[in-house]
Amino acid sequence: MSAAPAYRPVWLKPAMMVAPLILTFLVLLIYPVGQLLLLSVFSEGSFTLGKYKQLFSSSVYIDTMLITLKISLITALLSIIGGYPVAYLVSSLHKDRKSRWIFWVLLSFWTSFLVRAFAWIVMLGRNGVINQLLLALGLQDTPSNMLYSFGAVLVGMVHALMPLAVLTMLSVMENIDRNLPRAALTLGARPGTAFWRVYFPLSMPGVAAGAIMVFVTAVGFFIVPQLLGGRKETMITQLIIEQVLQVMNWGFAGSISVLLLVVVLVVFVVYDKVLGLSTMTGEQSEKTIRSQGPARHIADGLLGFLGSVSDRLFALMPRARRREQQQGDSVPLRLAVVVILFFLSIPALLMIPISFAGKSELGWPPQGFSLQYYQEMLASPLWLSATIRSFVVGLFAALASMVIGTPVAFLLVRGRVRGKALLLGFVLSPLIIPRIIIAVGMFYFFSSVGLVGTSLGLILGHTVIATPYVVMTMMAVLRNYDVRLDQAAQSLGARPWQTLRHVTFPIIAAGLTSSFLFAFATSFDELTIALFSAGGLSSTLPKQFWDEVTLQVSPVIAAVSTCLFVFIGILITCADWLRRRTSV
Amino acid sequence: MGAQVTSIKLSISGLTKRYGSFVALHPTDLEVAEGEFLTLLGPSGSGKTTLLSMIAGLSVPDGGRLLINDRDVTYGAPYERDIGMVFQNYALFPHMTIAENIAFPLKMRKVDRATATSRAQEALELVHLPHVAGRFPKELSGGQQQRIALARCLVYKPSIVLMDEPLGALDKKLREQMQLEIKRIHRESGTTIVYVTHDQEEAMTMSDRICLMNGGRIEQLGSPGDLYFRPRTPFVADFLGESNLLQGAVTQAESGQAEVVLAGTGTAIRASTYQPLSAGAAVRVMVRPQNIVVGSASDQQSFTGRVLDTMITGGLTKLYLSAAQISNEPIVLSFPTSVNSQDLSVGSTVAFGWASSDAVAVPEQS
Repeated sequence: MSAAPAYRPVWLKPAMMVAPLILTFLVLLIYPVGQLLLLSVFSEGSFTLGKYKQLFSSSVYIDTMLITLKISLITALLSIIGGYPVAYLVSSLHKDRKSRWIFWVLLSFWTSFLVRAFAWIVMLGRNGVINQLLLALGLQDTPSNMLYSFGAVLVGMVHALMPLAVLTMLSVMENIDRNLPRAALTLGARPGTAFWRVYFPLSMPGVAAGAIMVFVTAVGFFIVPQLLGGRKETMITQLIIEQVLQVMNWGFAGSISVLLLVVVLVVFVVYDKVLGLSTMTGEQSEKTIRSQGPARHIADGLLGFLGSVSDRLFALMPRARRREQQQGDSVPLRLAVVVILFFLSIPALLMIPISFAGKSELGWPPQGFSLQYYQEMLASPLWLSATIRSFVVGLFAALASMVIGTPVAFLLVRGRVRGKALLLGFVLSPLIIPRIIIAVGMFYFFSSVGLVGTSLGLILGHTVIATPYVVMTMMAVLRNYDVRLDQAAQSLGARPWQTLRHVTFPIIAAGLTSSFLFAFATSFDELTIALFSAGGLSSTLPKQFWDEVTLQVSPVIAAVSTCLFVFIGILITCADWLRRRTSV
Repeated sequence: MGAQVTSIKLSISGLTKRYGSFVALHPTDLEVAEGEFLTLLGPSGSGKTTLLSMIAGLSVPDGGRLLINDRDVTYGAPYERDIGMVFQNYALFPHMTIAENIAFPLKMRKVDRATATSRAQEALELVHLPHVAGRFPKELSGGQQQRIALARCLVYKPSIVLMDEPLGALDKKLREQMQLEIKRIHRESGTTIVYVTHDQEEAMTMSDRICLMNGGRIEQLGSPGDLYFRPRTPFVADFLGESNLLQGAVTQAESGQAEVVLAGTGTAIRASTYQPLSAGAAVRVMVRPQNIVVGSASDQQSFTGRVLDTMITGGLTKLYLSAAQISNEPIVLSFPTSVNSQDLSVGSTVAFGWASSDAVAVPEQS
């Protein structure tokens, strides 16, 4: 035995664990985004506010921003209102029944935005399901134009983002002690009062976090307004894309990006001031609890009012119903949730019969049966090469994000280092900064180093996007892992790497796989970065999808949609099955 | 118990609950008098929590009747029952201060703000925590939260306070302290309490009556002394306190005395009995470890055994004996630890015995 243990600097280990991620983010995220922002104030090496003058001189950009904010706000509001009952019901269920309900939320969460937006084009079209339904019901005599309107955009946006709202609220609601509303009942509160005075205030952090997540995502959205909206529903991100891809005015794109970024940051700052950012992770913050003064009195009165109104409504119900109500699980609630889940899943499901139709009109009901669109898809070299590329990019991006993300997850869960919150914020920044800004910044950066149009560029870009998901899933896996097993292994004589190889790794292997699958799915479905950096000829699947769908709406896309939907469905089932296997 | 007339606060008849084909509670009758401290005791899955949650109105019975203050509330909502409940994890509302938590039931009863505040303060004084009104639940220790949960129940003077393993999360020392505290509050407030626990010592310490449950049925209902000294079934004898249960058959029984031949050994012993037994009935003879005496005396039944093990558990020393004369299983006996008791070394032979009044013949369950 050696006399003294070898000297190992304490700082070395944590630093080594975070270094790859920090370096990657600095080069591929911070630098490009920073450069884009600088570009907006520098022109030919000198400082200028010309771009901003241009931005504010015409009302177009401000108006677009206002429309963007309006659409995002309504989307957030509707997503929360629709998502709340789903999250409420799902959080109250027992394990196996819960996973059955949540599957549908996850399925639509992971189904490509493109597929879902395309599904709405088909649904809302002149011969689409909705028009046919209204005609059949005699509510209208001729098919109406529902596409390319404010309503269509809203439906598409809410459909796209409600799953995010549900999942965010769910993470908070699952931590609310169900005994609390029950305790309120024993203390004399009627069900409505118990809900509004006890449960609802406790679920507020989830509501707020869900609202801000949806809002921020919506502000940077372009797929839905582009595909379902008209000229009047143009959103700010579409202007940025236009500036980059058509006008090639990068500096101006940069200044619009700044406008977008400022809006997002203001939202976050206000959120932090009012509720505290820590609520985003589902913790009760001091601020929500501590708020005093008039606001609290108003809230108190409002909640009391809502409570007594609900109680009057319950009192109208037949007595048997009321009993179910107090168990927090009633028929009307279930019905509402089924309707909402139906709304979330049906568009993508309807793609399936349409893709097998014999006639090429994308109408409802589908006429005949054929595999011609699948044959067309398989015969097309464009679709085939895009698919192969998506797989390659997805695999490598997922691997890379695992490599840089997993050590950080270990550090965040196990390590005793200062600044964990800061590190977590940094890791999650690709989710907070609007995707379009990252994409444009990367595009600019890649074009200066010759990475545009290469698979490597896409892999690097997607790695940055997928890493936050990897860190989040791995953190969840590691939190469930009993560290004492490692200690036991070491007490039995295993060295650290032996412990890792024989004990830790086999136990978390399923978690690692599921996190890999989530990373892969993220890359596989990524459009924004691919839109710019994929280059002209060899695109990825989402890019190819986008190019096709913006060009013309063809039934081949329905076939592709079906394939994507089924593929993601299988992927989610696997990943979720693996995740649950590790968490028991 | 004297002959004074006490009113019945809670009356249960034929109450039953099923989950699918599993019967969580067989039809059960139970009455609780005003001011009584009744404990539902039993292992997990015995139906005690099911019964409590039906009393609280948190689950709906499949049959039977439940009266609180002579009012039928079998299918009534919790808020119509005039009950208070202390939950296992206290269920204090984390977003309200302690004062707001305690005032909550008063607010629900539309008590005006000033009265509510002063009554909340009184309740805080009752649990000796008058200074925490402005704090939030998570700023208090487990024991303090426990007392607040109790104060929140007592503040509106419900007919019955239900407590669901309220001390389960506390460590031993704090638990004992809180047992005394709850007893004091029960005495001072005169409330009727139905208390659930799986800890037999806790039940013995606190209760006026214990309702021992097993397999969804009431096994025995009576005072702690009843259950301890006069168990009606081997389960009761085994669950409450330690005991030796010797298998045997009655040969003769009259006026509270029985003669039992022990199974496998043929040794005849005398035992007390509190139930009518007929000759031939299979019984268990219960002898408590502390009632077995080392050495022999004239009025005792005496046997000899070989020492298998001795252990000092603190105030008591336990002795494990092998005594083929009376049982195949080791006999355990205990006595106050003293310096002199150390010479009972393993392997030595000792004489032991007990007074026949300390042996109780309990009929085997059929």
